[in-house]
Amino acid sequence: MSLRDDLYKEVILDHFENPRNYGVLEPCTFHEKGMNPLCGDELEIFLRMDSDTINEITFNGKGCSISQSSGSMMTELVKGKSKQEAYEILKKFKKAILEDSNEEFSEDEGDLEALLGVKKYPVRVKCAVLAWNTLEQIIK
Amino acid sequence: MLDAYRLKTDFPILQTKMNGKSLVFLDSAASSQKPFQVIDALDKYYKEENSNIHRGVYYLSQKATELFERTRIKISEFIGAKCAKVIIFTRNTTESINLVAQSWGRQNISRGDVIVISELEHHSNIVPWQMLAQEKGAVIKYIPINPDSSLDTTNIDEIIDYRTKIVAISQMSNATGTIHDIKPLIAKAHSVGALFLLDGAQGACHMETNVRELDVDFYAFSAHKMLGPTGVGVLYGKEEILEKMPPWMGGGDMISDVSMERSTYADLPARLEAGTPHISGVIAFRHAIEYLEAVGLQNIHQHEISLTEYALERLNSLNGITLYGVDDLQKRGGVVSFNVNGVHAHDVGSILDEEGIAIRVGHHCAQPFMKKMKIAGTCRASFYLYNTKEDIDALINGLMQVKEIFARVVKR
Repeated sequence: MSLRDDLYKEVILDHFENPRNYGVLEPCTFHEKGMNPLCGDELEIFLRMDSDTINEITFNGKGCSISQSSGSMMTELVKGKSKQEAYEILKKFKKAILEDSNEEFSEDEGDLEALLGVKKYPVRVKCAVLAWNTLEQIIK
Repeated sequence: MLDAYRLKTDFPILQTKMNGKSLVFLDSAASSQKPFQVIDALDKYYKEENSNIHRGVYYLSQKATELFERTRIKISEFIGAKCAKVIIFTRNTTESINLVAQSWGRQNISRGDVIVISELEHHSNIVPWQMLAQEKGAVIKYIPINPDSSLDTTNIDEIIDYRTKIVAISQMSNATGTIHDIKPLIAKAHSVGALFLLDGAQGACHMETNVRELDVDFYAFSAHKMLGPTGVGVLYGKEEILEKMPPWMGGGDMISDVSMERSTYADLPARLEAGTPHISGVIAFRHAIEYLEAVGLQNIHQHEISLTEYALERLNSLNGITLYGVDDLQKRGGVVSFNVNGVHAHDVGSILDEEGIAIRVGHHCAQPFMKKMKIAGTCRASFYLYNTKEDIDALINGLMQVKEIFARVVKR
């Protein structure tokens, strides 16, 4: 086991270096702030809903490579999806990472598999789920 | 000078491995490691001396009481207090400060009074005062900090004035290692009739401190940062102030007589120490102080200055590192606080952990400072008497790996 192989993979570093959908979205229909009190990291989500579809979504904030890349992947995946579809991805990801269950990820969702390496580093799991927990506050 | 290589052999944990690598422990500002002298004292207490104190008429209880009280005497000598009864045992520095806020504070602070702290305090020297101020309608004023994390005392006459009732400042910052110039602040506080509390969590362990020479009214510190067990803290107070303080917690040990209707309270120090304390921890703490005295606090401080100098020199030679803290080595203790530009401190901490190197990452319980500096946190390596240049070399090698893994994002 090594961080280089398990965690700091190309795909994660790429999302960290060039986060997708990063910034403030105004106007928006939903705005939610997530926080990891122990490390002080904050992550905000801005979301614009059109009837049942997530039309626009951005995230903002400073954090470690895991929380930032997870936020980037999350926005990329749920953009254009219905609330229900987004919630299904969210549940699948959290199940895979928190319950260690073997979930099937589609090709689109492939980047998420890179994040699963975090399971070997329990103190960092909260970084990987921060963006998803924040999204859950909006769509649950 | 002290021989850190020899001292290191007294610390069993420093002979162990972390993640398969020899442990490089650079987080003593959070909690120090313990020498076998302290560990053996804990062991001996439970095997040969265990019994409750201040109660039994039997031999064991008398023996435990005597050993417990010997630590109190040792501490009073160690910090230059005039007698042992002004040494109050608590659980930690946090509890010592809360004791002052809740006991002295509730009696002496009222609406409109001012409590002065600084922007570089640990949360334990912020939150107890906020709780008190909220309850009493008092005001908290902050001494601002300069960009190098030293205190900016330009407007001190406006901050500490006739409304000020207490000034509470740390001896050394846990976040940046800055050693504050406290003497003028103590004089200033006293000139307006305010008390001065010195938060010695990072001070008592690294520098010779004489509470009567400094003329502080309260001094708070923890055993676990100075080779002693966790769960033992100390509050020193001037006798005339402690004498007037009402009990904080009620219970056993702190009474002189209890009837169904009311109780009368014991004299110092028992009045401020309710319930069975951490007896083994207090007894073992004496061995920690004796260890520090044998090495010499002056030697420890010098050793830390030379390690800090070496660490800063090596960190400066790496590109892409931002350092926090003052430049003058005489005004800082064995702490280096830094960031690898573009890389979050938690990522740095994880990579170093894999190399067996323990540092602290995050806000170090000093969020107001981090907010002022507009950073989420820092990486902090802190040194003690058992650290060597090789530990710093290991840190630097670890940081080179961080830079390699994050090469694409590290900003120069």
